[in-house]
Formats: sequence, structure tokens, C-alpha cells
Amino acid sequence: MSLIHSRNVPKAMNHTSAQAPAWQESIFKVLKEGGVRQIAYVPDAGHSQVIREAIADPDIEDIVLTTEEEGVALVSGAWLGGQRAVLLMQSSGVGNCVNMFSLLQAADFPFLTLVTMRGEYAEFNPWQGPMGRATQAALELMGIHVLRVSRAEEVEEIVSAGLDAAFGAGDKVAVLLGQDLIGRKKWERN
Amino acid sequence: MNQQTSTPRVDRREFVAGLIAAMPDALIVSGLGSASYDVFASGDRDRNYYLWGAMGGACPLGLGLALAQPDKPVVVITGDGEQLMGIGSLGTIGVKRPANLAIVVLDNGHFGETGMQRSHSSLGTDLVAVAKGFGIANAFSVSDAASCASIAQGINARQGTTFVQVLINADEPPRALPPRDGPYVKNRFRAALGLKPF
Repeated sequence: MSLIHSRNVPKAMNHTSAQAPAWQESIFKVLKEGGVRQIAYVPDAGHSQVIREAIADPDIEDIVLTTEEEGVALVSGAWLGGQRAVLLMQSSGVGNCVNMFSLLQAADFPFLTLVTMRGEYAEFNPWQGPMGRATQAALELMGIHVLRVSRAEEVEEIVSAGLDAAFGAGDKVAVLLGQDLIGRKKWERN
Repeated sequence: MNQQTSTPRVDRREFVAGLIAAMPDALIVSGLGSASYDVFASGDRDRNYYLWGAMGGACPLGLGLALAQPDKPVVVITGDGEQLMGIGSLGTIGVKRPANLAIVVLDNGHFGETGMQRSHSSLGTDLVAVAKGFGIANAFSVSDAASCASIAQGINARQGTTFVQVLINADEPPRALPPRDGPYVKNRFRAALGLKPF
């Protein structure tokens, strides 16, 4: 058995030092209760709790991607095989997905992605600005319906609304988790 | 300069037809361009999912399907150019390694659909070494139609993630165009699995 399988990564290697905010826990709850069986991701700090729970859950496949557009195809394949899947990514990853979004329109696949935003609020890194500010428009240009969350108490309801629209109506939905929700990134390590 | 002129190569249509005939229960995903034509030319099936775009997406789509349908063999049949665009997906597959997933790359070392420009696989890239490097241990190259039977046997038995590079002639058989109507192909595929519309 090779060591590279994701489930073989010791828990100690996960950075679990800080308690995850309740809104992150509510996202996993919505996905789990919504019957999501595959969670594909390129990591982001704002998704870390959901990723941890996906790895720990024996009924959910966690799939770490090398680039976000793989996730667009992967969740479509999951639907083809009868499972609900979601894609977690950071706003920079939306740009990587643009042509692959064609698949969603050409074959009318349901789609739900949760996108943690950068480059829009108290951003420290100027390299995050260009794609962060183009993220919503890029999604909308490719026919994806955008919902946005800025307040912690709205997270559960809006993610749930996105899930219902995707898997109940076949919609293509991105829920943007605002940088004001996620908070400032800590640049100094203690 | 063509470093592979001396390598024996197989006819793509003959190989694909032989392979599919030997794995009647497989769920097949075909990459855009000639691979989709080859799969369709061997006989249309409800359990085929033909891509006409989404270049680089055949392998990750096959992975999502294989994870959702672990009891059925899932086979991605694509070309070297399509595979190269989604090359990182071999790493993603190398992590999950579903036992029921096989990737068959029809490798003519060229971008056939766009005028036969040479691709990386005839300019230095060794796709089998790449697949192995990404963690897919059962990766190998074939160049004859006789190998279809043993490859299909492994696929049917779902005995581990498999990567097969098939060295094919760089020719262009007659076009055989599968349906381009994505929702139609999707819905009949799902119906064949007994899945209901939402």
C-alpha cells in the first residue's frame, strides 16, 4: 500500500490548531445532509474544515485536484454515475476553469461550486486582485448563477439554496464566500 | 526527424473495436476528436459518453464516474493531445486509484484534429513514465491488436487503476461522428444505469 493515498495521511499532518468557525462546519452539514458523495478541491484556508470532514467521512470521497478545471469534469462524471459532487476552490481557480465550464452548458450538467474569495476585501497580496475582481463576471460570462455570502449567519441558508438549485433544478451555481466573511489572512507565523 | 518510425504501431479503429467488443459492460468516456470517432465507429452504445470539447476533461470525468459506479468498469479512451492537456489529472487519479478505472491513450504522437502537428509524446514525453510517476503503477504500452483481450480481461475484473498507451498509426480514418447533443448522450447514459431524471 503506497503512502500517497489521501486516507493514509496522519491526522497530525493536518493543521487543526485553531477551532474552525461555525459557518465552515455548517457548510459540511449542508453538503452531507444534501447527499453529496464526492467533494473535489484545490485547498484554501476557508475550506479547510470541510476538507477535513470530507477526508474523515467514510461515505464521502475527498478528491484533491492538481487544478480546478479537473473538478468541473469530475463532478459531471459523478452526476453521470448518479452521485452528487461539489467543487471547492479559491477565486483564483475560477479562471482556470473557464473553458471547462463549456461542459456544463453543452451537456446541461448540474453544478455546485463553493468559492472562497480573495482580492476583494482587506487583501494584502496584490497578485490576488486581478482574478479576484474578475471572478463573479467570469462565472456569469460562462452561464453560472452566482450567489454571494458576506455574513456568517447566512452561510448555511445560501449554500443550501445553491445545493437545492443545482441538484433539484439542474442549475449551475457558484456560491462566493466573501473575503469579508473569511477575514484577514494572518501573514506572520507564531 | 521522427524517432518512432521504427516502432510497430496498430490501427486505431481495429484496436478500439477489439477492445470495446471484449468489455461489453464497460462505461466508456471518450476524449474529444478522433478518440470519440473511434469509439462511435465501433458501434454506438448507451453506455458511451462522447466528449466533443472540454479538452483535458476526459480523465477527471472518468474518475468522478468510476468513484460513483465502483461496481462497473469505467474506461477513458482518449488521445495523446487530450491527455496532455489534462496531464495533472493522472496525479489526481494516482491519489484515488479506483480499481475500476482504466485510461487508454491512443497515441499517434500528433494533434490529429488540427493538422497533424507533432505532440509532446513524439517530442520527448514518455506518457507511461508520466503515469507511473503520478502513482499509477499498472501503466504500460502496447502496439498490437492482439493485446486487447488481456487488457479487457483486466478491465472487466476491475483489478486496479490501469494506464495503457496504445501506439497507433498517425493516419486519419474516415470521420464517424457521434451525437453532439450533450443532454441526449448524458440522459441516455444515465437511463442505461437506471438513474432517474431529477
